[in-house]
Amino acid sequence: MVNLKKYPLVWKYFVLFLTFTAVTSCQKHFSPSRIEGKKIPITASQEMDSTVDRVIQPYRAHIEKELSEILAYNPETLDKSKGKWQTNIGNFMADVTLERTNRVLKLRNLPLAQVCILNHGGIRSILPKGNVTTRSAYEIMPFENSAVVIALKGTQLVEMANYIVSEKKPHPLAGLTFTIRQNEATQIKIQGQPLDEKMTYFVATSDYLSNGGDNMSFFKKGLETIDVDYKIRNILIDYFKETDTVRVKNDIRINQE
Amino acid sequence: MKRRDFIKKTSASTALVGITGLGLSSFTTAQTKHITILHTNDVHSYIDPFPADHPKNPNMGGVARRAALISMIRKENPNVLLLDAGDIFQGTPYFNYYGGELEYKLMNMMGYDVATIGNHDFDNGIEGLLTQLKIADFEMVSANYDVRNTALHGHVKPYTIKKVDGVKIGIFGLGVELQGLVDKKNCKETVYLDPVEIATDMAHELRHNQKCDLVICLSHLGFSYKDEKDKICDILLAQKTKDIDLIIGGHTHTFLDKPVVETNSEGKKVLINQVGCYGLNLGRIDFYLTDSQLTSEGAAIVVG
Repeated sequence: MVNLKKYPLVWKYFVLFLTFTAVTSCQKHFSPSRIEGKKIPITASQEMDSTVDRVIQPYRAHIEKELSEILAYNPETLDKSKGKWQTNIGNFMADVTLERTNRVLKLRNLPLAQVCILNHGGIRSILPKGNVTTRSAYEIMPFENSAVVIALKGTQLVEMANYIVSEKKPHPLAGLTFTIRQNEATQIKIQGQPLDEKMTYFVATSDYLSNGGDNMSFFKKGLETIDVDYKIRNILIDYFKETDTVRVKNDIRINQE
Repeated sequence: MKRRDFIKKTSASTALVGITGLGLSSFTTAQTKHITILHTNDVHSYIDPFPADHPKNPNMGGVARRAALISMIRKENPNVLLLDAGDIFQGTPYFNYYGGELEYKLMNMMGYDVATIGNHDFDNGIEGLLTQLKIADFEMVSANYDVRNTALHGHVKPYTIKKVDGVKIGIFGLGVELQGLVDKKNCKETVYLDPVEIATDMAHELRHNQKCDLVICLSHLGFSYKDEKDKICDILLAQKTKDIDLIIGGHTHTFLDKPVVETNSEGKKVLINQVGCYGLNLGRIDFYLTDSQLTSEGAAIVVG
């Protein structure tokens, strides 16, 4: 049976429903009739929001203090633009990367790396003579690249040496020496020992290069990859922290006949 | 004058049809809405202006200046949407030291509404991004990064809808291919989905199901790739889809002097804009909208 008493309630809902329908159908839709677009450069003539600047201030001051901290002393300017096949800063970076990567590998009981190759383009600044700060490490290595170790067959190390010859760039190199004869790498030695093409060697590099960066395609034939999980910038910072005076080995690694 | 009379009459009769017998008369005659879209991309943790002796961008950029500029524009037109197309993180020690905390804090202060995920926003891993998202007052949208199997689940949505002065605006996000660009250990189980397929679905959903008046795509796909003509980019995205009004791009650090106008798959105009990087510029797009029933097809586009 229909309960007559309920009618007013139903009626109330019906009115509400109608109102709702009316209101929603009132919902307008808009379409663009005119669109304007431009780029606004943010220049020195634009005033600063001082409230925002006050929020930044303590962060800025802290970073400034940290980056300015003196970690070591550097007796001679290290510069990547001086040297045909190798540079003082290149030797320095490859040596430090190899040494500190091996510290991590040793702790993990993993085979040590014999060779280190980085890329010339990845050195973003000189290391000037004088005090070395945390900022120096950021300037040399602003990228977040981390060290990795790739297991390569001796044949790939031959490819690596010939890659350096054909690129004609002083890529940072450690643990590997060779002589260029008629545009070809000969007398390749690993840690002073003649290279054995059949042997497996461990090469420290950056994750960027191991992924084929700078056309280092020989890394694609890698047999194994060990993630060192150590940023190259932090390798430099940790070296500087531990060192009083920066020492660079300027032994000849690539000899041209 | 005649046109005006016609408009008045039409809206009056529409009003009558709509409210028959109920006496509800909240209808007004044709109005114009003005929505200002402000946007940045690839700010990369650049918080301070460039030094005065910088060879490329001397004394340019700086968040405190951008904040003042945005406030000034808001005074002129309060109906603003403030958007960012990704790569908020990475590039200065501010990120290395604080992991993006200050970047997000300042974006909150400036009143950012929506952002999308750039490849560098994964640089401190899923956890690093999540930590900062928890303090964000803005929404993070990404439709083609499936984050269901990561800790980001629930913190990133495919799209959002904003109602500004009665105008319904749908905004969805698109991210660049992760393979080869983002370390697996950083993006973990994030799955990259095809941007064109996803954009097609999103635009349809927002335009036709959600009945949005404007559909905006926040894209970190890149503007275009000269050497890889088939690689998906904003230009191809605009051409291959429909129902998108504006693509705000990033990733390629492209400095467009003015927005680019492309033609979509049904012959309609799409605007694409990208303003370089490092907070050197602020992009501004002004939409003037009128009642759909009164607007003829297509809008006058004035760029530059």
